[in-house]
Amino acid sequence: MGNLNTTMIEKYRNSFLHEVEANVEEGEWVKMCMQCGVCSGSCPLGPHWDHPPQELFMMIRAGKREEVLTSSSMWMCTSCYNCIVRCPRELPITHIMHGLAHYAKRLGLVPENQQTEKFAQLFWDNLTNTGRVNELKLGLKLYFMNGFGEGIKMSLKMQDVGLNMLKTGRMSPFELLGGHSIKDKTGFHAMLQKAKELEDAKIAKHGA
Amino acid sequence: MTDTIATNESILVIGGGISGMTAALEAAECGKQVILVEKTPSLGGRVSQLYKYFPKLCHPTCGMEINSRRIKANKNLRVITMAEVDEITGNAGNYNVSITKQPRYINDNCTACGECANAVEAKFDNEHNYNMDKRKGAYLPFNMAYPQRYVLDSGIIGTDDADKAKAACRYDAVDLDMQKETVQLNVGAVIWATGWQPFDAANIQPYGYDRYDNVITSVEFERMMDDFGPTGGKILRPSDNKEAKNIAFIQCAGSRDRNYLKHCSRICCMASLKQTTYVREQYADDGKATIYYIDIRAIDRFEDFYAKVQADTNVSFIKSKVASITEERGTGNPVLHGVNTEGYDRYDNAHDLVVLAVGMQPSVDREKFPVEVITNEHGFIERPEGSTGMFAAGCASDALDVNRAVQNATASALRAIQVVNRFSKTEV
Repeated sequence: MGNLNTTMIEKYRNSFLHEVEANVEEGEWVKMCMQCGVCSGSCPLGPHWDHPPQELFMMIRAGKREEVLTSSSMWMCTSCYNCIVRCPRELPITHIMHGLAHYAKRLGLVPENQQTEKFAQLFWDNLTNTGRVNELKLGLKLYFMNGFGEGIKMSLKMQDVGLNMLKTGRMSPFELLGGHSIKDKTGFHAMLQKAKELEDAKIAKHGA
Repeated sequence: MTDTIATNESILVIGGGISGMTAALEAAECGKQVILVEKTPSLGGRVSQLYKYFPKLCHPTCGMEINSRRIKANKNLRVITMAEVDEITGNAGNYNVSITKQPRYINDNCTACGECANAVEAKFDNEHNYNMDKRKGAYLPFNMAYPQRYVLDSGIIGTDDADKAKAACRYDAVDLDMQKETVQLNVGAVIWATGWQPFDAANIQPYGYDRYDNVITSVEFERMMDDFGPTGGKILRPSDNKEAKNIAFIQCAGSRDRNYLKHCSRICCMASLKQTTYVREQYADDGKATIYYIDIRAIDRFEDFYAKVQADTNVSFIKSKVASITEERGTGNPVLHGVNTEGYDRYDNAHDLVVLAVGMQPSVDREKFPVEVITNEHGFIERPEGSTGMFAAGCASDALDVNRAVQNATASALRAIQVVNRFSKTEV
């Protein structure tokens, strides 16, 4: 397959919009944006983004591939859906943000130490293991995501919540020993494997 | 000239706004018998509620006066107010129409002296001022009303106020026994001039029209400028009646938005540009207007007007669809939040008053018509394929400004005349 990023640059030279339309989930909507700015104004995390959604859309159309795909902007989306609700053209903006993030990850262009990306990977690994989310392990992994010292600090800070959850039966300490699972774990893993094959085949079509 | 004039040679015009009046007058002045039916007690419609027209900035009262004179002078035209069409049967050239006429409780002895209004105490929401103030239970809809006859609100019938009105009248014009009537007509062609209504701004929840006093609509702003309007011709904030000198105009309030009205209402850009001149007229250099827009659609020759407003240093333009409005505690100032897309700068701008340039939607839903009509996806009436004797005029057919509505109405009058002529064999 070679380097996917290089392949894509070659294939869609000067037409980043087409690349987004073909490869990013809901990417075909990007051209429908009329630059009114209501999404950017409605975003609760707006002040913390490098580029709010409508600016990202304009950058895509202007072919600013590098700036868009290496941006941390789409990773800031918290899925509050304010933008989708208010968009006068009903663009699925939240989904496009996730689509862009996903595509950037596949190309290996995620900014270093991107917290949302790190957590998303933890969540995925945790979930696909048994088919159920192991909250105890996920929580601990999350606390220790940024190093041992940070982890201890965070664990101490959250210990009341944790103990209360144990007390009320919301979380079991035995989850540490493997945790609960779905009935057909083998089937589930086969399914994920198949999905991965399909996905890889789709990408291979773009391959050199 | 043919020797006999059958009733099916007449034309029915439904709706007495500027389009209906125009269609009716054009047909009547061509010698056709015309019946003009209006739901409210007076002709005039939405145009009578405007302060000034764009782009010439003249007053619509002038045109209303001319039209009233034309109507009075024309023996071919019969006006029926407070009436609605219930049923239409038949085909082009021969329609049977049933009309219900509500009682006015005032007969044509009325001289519009106003004594009944002085006598009556009960007050009701004033529709002419978009319910921003109250009117008496006996009232003239507005100064230029046609016919110049008072009306008793059905709400006072059976109360002391009704008797007071009757006692106060020196011309025996009050008739409390007036009843609802049904009128049957035979006509050859029908013109729907049912007009438009402002989009209900309360639907746009982020703008808080239903929550904040100082967020009003463009049609309400027009009424403020009228000397006989709810504020006596002053631009005042509804919350505290203070002068509003720093005014924000929000474009596309309901229009061009798939959540509300999908179409561009076409008039609102020009309406807001016009309304910035009201701010200047009232406050000179102290008045500030800010227009928040997606793009300004000053179509064809209106570009000149846009350029003139742009040259006014007290008017600023911010390219942004406002995301939301909040209210500043203590001052009651509306604060607009959003991103200026020219530079992607976030703003939180406080203003004295916000005017929402609300969109235009048909005033009658398709299902509410007494016959089947074909509408486009926005609810405006389209012409069916093949021959028909029914035509839409003015804003029943599309979002139009007054100029285009009048042109459109004249065209529909001509179409109706052709139908009538074809069936009366004066034209082959």
